[in-house]
Amino acid sequence: MLTSEELHDKLVEWFGSEAVELKPEEKIDPWIVVAPEMIREIAKFLRDEPELHFDALMCLSGVHYDKDNSLGVTYHLASTTEKHKLTLKVILPEDDAHVSSVEQVWKTADWHEREAFDMFGIRFDGHPDLRRILCPDDWEGYPLRKDYQVQETYRGMKVEY
Amino acid sequence: MGLLDKKFHDSNIIVVSLEKALNWARKSSLWYMQFGLACCAIEMMATAASRYDFDRFGIIPRSSPRQADVMIVAGTVTLKMATRIQRLYRQMSEPRYVISMGSCSNCGGPYWEHGYHVLKGVDRVVPVDVYVPGCPPRPEALLEGFLHLQKKIMDETLIEGVDPNKPIVIEDKGGEKLSIKNVDQTEEHKKAQIEFPQQDAHKKESGS
Repeated sequence: MLTSEELHDKLVEWFGSEAVELKPEEKIDPWIVVAPEMIREIAKFLRDEPELHFDALMCLSGVHYDKDNSLGVTYHLASTTEKHKLTLKVILPEDDAHVSSVEQVWKTADWHEREAFDMFGIRFDGHPDLRRILCPDDWEGYPLRKDYQVQETYRGMKVEY
Repeated sequence: MGLLDKKFHDSNIIVVSLEKALNWARKSSLWYMQFGLACCAIEMMATAASRYDFDRFGIIPRSSPRQADVMIVAGTVTLKMATRIQRLYRQMSEPRYVISMGSCSNCGGPYWEHGYHVLKGVDRVVPVDVYVPGCPPRPEALLEGFLHLQKKIMDETLIEGVDPNKPIVIEDKGGEKLSIKNVDQTEEHKKAQIEFPQQDAHKKESGS
């Protein structure tokens, strides 16, 4: 069982300190900020390295940091054999949010990434089927963005009360 | 042969107006389309199960809109689902009825203000016959909704302006059309009304 600090050291050893940055927090779990283009390699490494063996993606969620004009993706990983956990974050610019998909690493990520795309408009490059998952296909806008304005009508139906 | 055996002296013919017979048949076999949208569906299932037993009223679920008479909109209607509900309603054959069950499908319910994805009342896409309030309504409430619908069906007419629950007179006045009226709407009936001046004066005074 490894702590986040030890996992961070291991990632720095393999990918260099530019790709990963540790954010220690006292009250909640520490997390590691990952460069968006590196996420898939790092995810694969975390899963396949026998000592780490992160075989479960517990959750993948989108976040809108409206004060920083950025979007984020948070990955909560766990290892069922090694019993350790890790939180990864990716920070993306609001107007051009692209990140590599981890669907090829953890199959769970398929629908999670579709949801993050549906709600926040984050594009997951390399995702095999990046469609909206909750809203209708012809829906306008991304509902969980802080500056979201709902459309007046949908297919002739009034949306407001 | 059943309850009516030997109640009629000479024949086995029961004379009722056609409408009444049709309405009775319709209200006694309200087959509803089997689909649920949210927690109201759980109550709807409970109503159909043995404790409340919809089947007592001839109400049984059908899984095809083509065979269904009534649609119970049981739950939150999202805008995505609203397009499907519209289509399902059009696939039902007439006469068709809609029961809106619960606050969500009545008016949007708890999602009325911030539910960007919720249709604020299913009556915006399909015509609703009976609204059942509640969040979710108890099975008794849904049953009462059905009883109201049955009452509504019994008041239906084939001919406009005729009450099927009152005696009907058909007159052939020699023209192309027959005149069909309730007895109390005919001129003869109105003429036959005896006036009681004293009583009428009393009515005027009391304002009733």
